[in-house]
Amino acid sequence: MKILVLAKHVPDTETVIKIVSGGKSIDEADFKYMVNPCDEYAMEEAIRTQEKFKGESVVISVGPARSQETIRKGLAMGIDRGVWINTEGFSSALDSYSVALAISKVVAEEKPDLIFAGLNTTDEGAGNVGPMVAEFARIPSLINISKIEWQNEGKALRAFRDVEGGIVEVYDAQLPLLIAPHQNLNDPRFPSLPGIMKAKKKPIAEKKAADLITDKAKVEVRQYKLPPEKAPGKIYKGKPVEEMVAEVVKLLRSEAKVI
Amino acid sequence: MSHKVLVYAEVRNGKLKSTAGETLAEAKKMLGGKLENLHAVLLGEGCEQHAKTLATFGASKIYVVDAPETNTYQGEPTIQALDQIIKKNNYTIIVGSASPTGRDFFPRLAIRNNGAMLTDVVSFSLEGDSVVADIPMYLGKCAKLAVSQSAIAFITLRPNVRPAEVVDSNAQPTIEKFSCQFDVSKFTAKVVEVRKGASERPDLTEANIIISGGRAMASKDNFKILFECADVVHGSVGASRAAVDSGYAPYDMQVGQTGKTVNPSLYIACGISGSIQHLSGMRTSKCIVAINTDADAPIFQKADYGIIADLFQVVPILTKEFKKIIE
Repeated sequence: MKILVLAKHVPDTETVIKIVSGGKSIDEADFKYMVNPCDEYAMEEAIRTQEKFKGESVVISVGPARSQETIRKGLAMGIDRGVWINTEGFSSALDSYSVALAISKVVAEEKPDLIFAGLNTTDEGAGNVGPMVAEFARIPSLINISKIEWQNEGKALRAFRDVEGGIVEVYDAQLPLLIAPHQNLNDPRFPSLPGIMKAKKKPIAEKKAADLITDKAKVEVRQYKLPPEKAPGKIYKGKPVEEMVAEVVKLLRSEAKVI
Repeated sequence: MSHKVLVYAEVRNGKLKSTAGETLAEAKKMLGGKLENLHAVLLGEGCEQHAKTLATFGASKIYVVDAPETNTYQGEPTIQALDQIIKKNNYTIIVGSASPTGRDFFPRLAIRNNGAMLTDVVSFSLEGDSVVADIPMYLGKCAKLAVSQSAIAFITLRPNVRPAEVVDSNAQPTIEKFSCQFDVSKFTAKVVEVRKGASERPDLTEANIIISGGRAMASKDNFKILFECADVVHGSVGASRAAVDSGYAPYDMQVGQTGKTVNPSLYIACGISGSIQHLSGMRTSKCIVAINTDADAPIFQKADYGIIADLFQVVPILTKEFKKIIE
């Protein structure tokens, strides 16, 4: 079985956002980066699936040079090789369409049986790229899967998709397809020391974004803005609890008008 | 060029979701109140019963697709049905809810139509012919104003960001039955069963009032006091990741970065410190109440009202006070 994993190198969740040049850009100078958390579940599931059915696993990341750190972590966890789509020097706008288009070219070349993608990212957060890549390949996308039961020696599976309000859609599906894991699907492993050593020798193929992104972005960002500053709230302490609660409930009705 | 707008009205379990009214209201605002090119689509056998409601929200034409393949959402049949309606009638703006279902298939539909995808937006409008959308990013720490560069735009609106608006409560629906020609060779993933949730309460993403518990809840049983309080105000119960990881609440209740993004009128955080991971899932709530014994908990900086006290004392009294108000 050939398995592809999509992973993104993203700013750390604690990052403070500073908007500069009149809202035209975000100052990334002090950013620290990490593997996008949802993508770790995707990598873990790829490795577990490969452990079950053998074959090959490949992790793909789109971005500047630092994206190789995310690839390297995947390799240290146990993925076989990496593909880095280098966006350095790519000066046109990039949207989820452009990224999915670039990845779709690699998918067409690699012809995977199975693709794992993170549910969404902590930066853009849309979760568009996974479904878009599946659409380019015309394979199904099963998003937010909390359980997989393999059937027919890895040619088919039953997948449990958590929807909302506790509703679960149970899918029977044939490969090839794309899966975005739910955080309950697995517990991502930490790379072992031998894993980290081995990863240094595993290959990462570089591709240029400009060669793969053959169309203009469909969405452009005009401006960034910070959310409006909230006025300090009314905080109650030291009084009898009955009194404080009654006061807050009164204000929820008369001032906030939410009850 | 004048835009033609199609709104996907989501039905689950035979019920029209409240997001249908919200998306129609925002689309109507975008069109400057002109209803002529504001249409909606309903999918699944028996869906026609909801057409009248959509008409009252201003949809001047409603497509009814009563194909059994679309009774339950299962990806491809829904995408094919909408794709055929869009292409046959030249729709240029397609709007849905940023619900798990909307977010599942809108990106695919956008690619199939070579369109722009604007996901999980909190508002959208037209500037000339261009669709402009306000989209939160970096876990809500900032937002971007995104502009479609394509002749056709696909938008999913975050639930609960605006109310529905009844345009004419006596409006009669104009219905167009649409029969799809499905390419069944693409149906390689099929829903074989839908397991219902245990709860009758509104889903967190659509709840108007949410009361959430954190690690300080200390046990699964203790969540009972939150459910009692929520039931008085027809709200739902959420949890922080710490509470979910400790096994006090199921993942389905998790609010935050890896859980749900919620947007209620009132969010009551009980024993939740307010990590960035949690704040990212609830910071756009219209009113935030924090209950915590730790006066330095970051949640108080985001709260409109705070009570520094033990949640086990506060919540039962809160329930009593809510009862007084509701009755």
